[in-house]
Amino acid sequence: MNHLAGELFRMLPFIVAAWLFVVGLYGIVTSRHLVHLIMCLVVVQSSTYLLLLGVGYKFGAAAPIFVDIPVGTPAVDPVTHALMLTDIVVEATVMALLLALAIQAEERAGSVDPEQLRIMRG
Amino acid sequence: MNHQMRTALFLAGGLGFFCFYLWGLHGLPGFGHYPGPYGDIINALTVYQRHATDAVTAVNFDYRGFDTLGEEFILFTSVMGANLLLRKQKDDREEDPPLDRADGRIVPPTSDAIRVAGLALVVPIVVFGLYTVAHGQLTPGGGFQGGVILASMPLIIYLCGDYNAFDRVTSHLLSEIAEAVGAGGYAVTGVIAIFFGLPFLTNFIPLGQTGDVLSSGTIFVISVLTGIEVAAGLVVLMISFFAQALVYRKPGNENRRLP
Repeated sequence: MNHLAGELFRMLPFIVAAWLFVVGLYGIVTSRHLVHLIMCLVVVQSSTYLLLLGVGYKFGAAAPIFVDIPVGTPAVDPVTHALMLTDIVVEATVMALLLALAIQAEERAGSVDPEQLRIMRG
Repeated sequence: MNHQMRTALFLAGGLGFFCFYLWGLHGLPGFGHYPGPYGDIINALTVYQRHATDAVTAVNFDYRGFDTLGEEFILFTSVMGANLLLRKQKDDREEDPPLDRADGRIVPPTSDAIRVAGLALVVPIVVFGLYTVAHGQLTPGGGFQGGVILASMPLIIYLCGDYNAFDRVTSHLLSEIAEAVGAGGYAVTGVIAIFFGLPFLTNFIPLGQTGDVLSSGTIFVISVLTGIEVAAGLVVLMISFFAQALVYRKPGNENRRLP
């Protein structure tokens, strides 16, 4: 039992990341509103942040900023941080693009329910 | 496919994914036991190789600069896409003065407290944004973070004034030019290295004294260009969304009911 708890803690960020991914996907599959759907996509994407930070983290390590700590101090992986921070800004603009699509769907088709948007019109 | 079937299919798929994922996790090095060599190598070398004390910015704009260039063009393309989708359509007419016509939305008058606090924040936000952009290679920050801080300035103006005030401090044309200069400048910085006979995006500017604002060569230049692009891109987005909500009207759709 103790072993299982230790194993769970060891993998906790990765399990929570998978949970966020699946929960967001569930929201997308069952969504009845485009804005809700876009927010669910954001939840799906936030799982990648957790995954990346979980991969790069080191117990007892400092942030990879060598201003007030000498070079050689154990620090967490800067590569995953760099991946994540560009991801956040890019995600914000991609979300704006999707919201603009939702506005156009509402104006053209008169609905923001994906169920109602099934029929394509030229 | 109806709703229940889709949910059932998803639950089956989700459960399968979760099981395979747990199976895949088994045997991986656990959380907190970072295994890879790359992070440690970069942490050890950044200060000597690039004279940059923030390893994250050095990775973003130098070691992984080519990837970031691609990501920056994703940003550029999605801003342009949103701008294109929200443009003035052929049959739209412009509302003058701009007015929020959404039903059932009562806009309360801006309180004096918000006005004063907002106006007092404008200058510190601009200064902090510029500081964050310029010190990216030294302390946490850089073009992406600083650009977002800079772009919040027009929003604060809208919050404590109105759309007309926002319209006066922003310029669609200038923002688009700044965005293009930021995105193009990044690529051009990479191309200049080729003229020196170096690979694309090589750090060709003298690295300077570690700890100086003007140190670490192209990392500083690219960080500033990215800051310009992110700030201008977000401002273009705001202008497009505001115009769509407040200015453009479809004929015969004067009181467009929002869902």
